[in-house]
Amino acid sequence: MDFWRTEDQEALQDGIRSFCEGRFPIESLQLIESSGGRLDRTAWKDLAGMGVFSLRHDGFSITDSVLVFEELGRALIPGPLTATYLAATHLTSALSGADTGEMIVGLCEIAEPVTMIEHLVDLDRLLILGPNTISLVDPKSVPTQVVSRPLDPLTPVHVALATNGGEIIASGDLVRKWRREGAVITAAMQVGASFAAIDLAVEYAKGREQFGRPIGAFQAVKHMAADMLVKAEVARAATYAAAVNLDGNGDDNLDRSVSIAKMLAGDAALFCGKTGIQIHGGMGFTWEVNAQRYWKRAVVLDTHYGNSEMHADALADSM
Amino acid sequence: MDLRYTDQEQAFRADLRAWLAATLPSVAPEPHRNDWRARRAWDTGWQRMLFDAGYAGINWPKEYGGRGATPTEHLIFLEETERMRAPYVGMNFVGLLHAGPTLVVEASPEQKSHHLPGILKGEHVWCQGFSEPNAGSDLASLQCRAIRDGDDYVITGQKIWTSFAHIADYCEMLVRTDTEVPKHRGITWLILPMNLKGMDIRPLRTMEGSTEFCEVFFDEVRVPVANRVGDENDGWRVAMVTLSFERGTAFVSEMLQSMELVRDLADLAKKVTRHQSTAWEDTGLRRDIAHLSGELDALWSLTKRNISQAQRTGFVGVGGNVFKLAYSDLRQQLGDLSLRLLDRASLSLDDIDEWPTGKHVHGRIHALSIGIAAGTSQVQRNIVAERTLGLPKDR
Ligand SMILES: Cc1cc2nc3c(=O)[nH]c(=O)nc-3n(C[C@H](O)[C@H](O)[C@H](O)COP(=O)(O)OP(=O)(O)OC[C@H]3O[C@@H](n4cnc5c(N)ncnc54)[C@H](O)[C@@H]3O)c2cc1C
Repeated sequence: MDFWRTEDQEALQDGIRSFCEGRFPIESLQLIESSGGRLDRTAWKDLAGMGVFSLRHDGFSITDSVLVFEELGRALIPGPLTATYLAATHLTSALSGADTGEMIVGLCEIAEPVTMIEHLVDLDRLLILGPNTISLVDPKSVPTQVVSRPLDPLTPVHVALATNGGEIIASGDLVRKWRREGAVITAAMQVGASFAAIDLAVEYAKGREQFGRPIGAFQAVKHMAADMLVKAEVARAATYAAAVNLDGNGDDNLDRSVSIAKMLAGDAALFCGKTGIQIHGGMGFTWEVNAQRYWKRAVVLDTHYGNSEMHADALADSM
Repeated sequence: MDLRYTDQEQAFRADLRAWLAATLPSVAPEPHRNDWRARRAWDTGWQRMLFDAGYAGINWPKEYGGRGATPTEHLIFLEETERMRAPYVGMNFVGLLHAGPTLVVEASPEQKSHHLPGILKGEHVWCQGFSEPNAGSDLASLQCRAIRDGDDYVITGQKIWTSFAHIADYCEMLVRTDTEVPKHRGITWLILPMNLKGMDIRPLRTMEGSTEFCEVFFDEVRVPVANRVGDENDGWRVAMVTLSFERGTAFVSEMLQSMELVRDLADLAKKVTRHQSTAWEDTGLRRDIAHLSGELDALWSLTKRNISQAQRTGFVGVGGNVFKLAYSDLRQQLGDLSLRLLDRASLSLDDIDEWPTGKHVHGRIHALSIGIAAGTSQVQRNIVAERTLGLPKDR
């Protein structure tokens, strides 16, 4: 047993991190927001150029992918990253171009009380995830209603008024596999966003002074930061474990380990998001400061591939 | 101890109900959250109606134009107006609950006669200019400088988080008048008209994208010495009088709204499908909603205790801090729960078709500010631990 990154994995993750810092600096998010959250196709192709969507065809594992997506989550890169990655991985010929960044593939899950489609206007293809099938539709053909004020301005949304039709392109085992991998890749992004929220809050707590000392010197603030780290590290362990199991390098029950990852990563991201805001005081409640962006993204990602409570229900059902 | 209302209190409630029933139909619908002009008109228009009916300044002394009601009657007033969905105190908050009561206790007769009627009639909106970029939790370290020059103070510096500064007529403001003495002893409380030369008011965006608070910059702004309330350098004491009004009844309307949010959430759960049945059949969710609902009732009881204590002694003790701490946590939990129930519907800040989701999402975001504004939860816990429990200070 050696449940630690290899040197290659470390290099892969570090490489993606510096790429993200250079190509998607966190300061550029406000610009994307003012454009209504539109995706930049050149940037999307640069992501593909880094091999983000074609990882699995290039010999990388799910575990490697989790390390990569952790960094994409840390950088809050907007767009249907998971869907395009899974399309490039599993629907390679039907959706060729997903791997090279030529085709942006979105996915929406049929949900209660409403079905929401993210980034609709930028999608080339839309996948509709039902209980046991995935259908392919032309995004322009779906009757929708735009949401004028999305919770996360980096994630524009439309309400789907109907989700029938389309061509079924996956069912059975592939859908089960897709859900598992989607949940784990999303969990990786939640873990990344959690750590980014921690870094931002810790940096702020070191610099911000009240009562003649850095607020990080107050135990109340230290404890909030430490609690964030505990949640994020536990979620990270669960997420890596799920990925390793999916790669066939572990013996844990697959559904169970995936649900644990998605449940804990969802909780961690929401917790780190709101606690990061609290550490920033009034600043945390402003648009300018990124603390709130981590929380908003945490809300969005929690709704992907089953929220934390749905995975808790699934775990309970399996016990 | 007795939770029943006296005959006099019941009569007060009955009169108020009758008046509300007769009056509310003529009140225009609430304007959009970010339409500041319309909101000002709506809030102050309602205040004028209260004034004409003798309900303005419900808890203010009669001699200053208030109704002189007891704290219990004040509670009844807040309860009835909220239950009957009357307009909320809104922008009149600082005037009616902070600045006005401070003026009642601390201001000169001229200042009182000049300012109190304007607040009661809804003619003047006030804001609170206490916090600064470097003085939040450590308010007493504030640096916005006022230098005496003849009959004026000349103010240079900055305030931040001043809610409604861009719409207000006056500001209750704290300035630094002495830099040589310990920080609490060099602060002065001023009445600041918001239209003076040298002021620059810049709205700040909240995380929701609205502009309810501002930064205010001062470049040699001249304020007459006659606008000072209390003595020079005695402003910290005057401000503490203000802050003591912040923990009595300030959250009652909010809390009643939270009770309604919880009831709405239960209704919503009965309509949302989960696992081939409704979310309401989900024991975990039911239990969480029940906890919140029960705790809110308990906070209502705590409020009655606090108000009773204030009625007897004039002050709210630790119960005020306990309330704010418990309430801040509860709202975070309620917010988290509502987003999980809404699931994908929580990605919109507005209602979606017939789903009344907007208020839950807005309420979730608002909850993030409750443990920060008016004294953060960390500072509140320090106060409880040090002042009430007598634990040693760490600084
Ligand atoms: C929605 C909203 C409306 C507001 N409206 C107004 C207004 O109208 N007028 C006005 O004057 N102000 C207003 N404020 C400002 C508010 O009073 C301050 O934000 C608050 O006092 C905290 O100060 P700060 O933002 O500087 O945070 P800081 O004091 O910098 O706090 C940052 C973090 O450090 C922690 N911390 C600080 N000191 C300690 C300590 N000693 N021990 C442990 N932890 C500590 C805090 O708990 C927080 O987590 C408003 C704020 C908000 C969010």
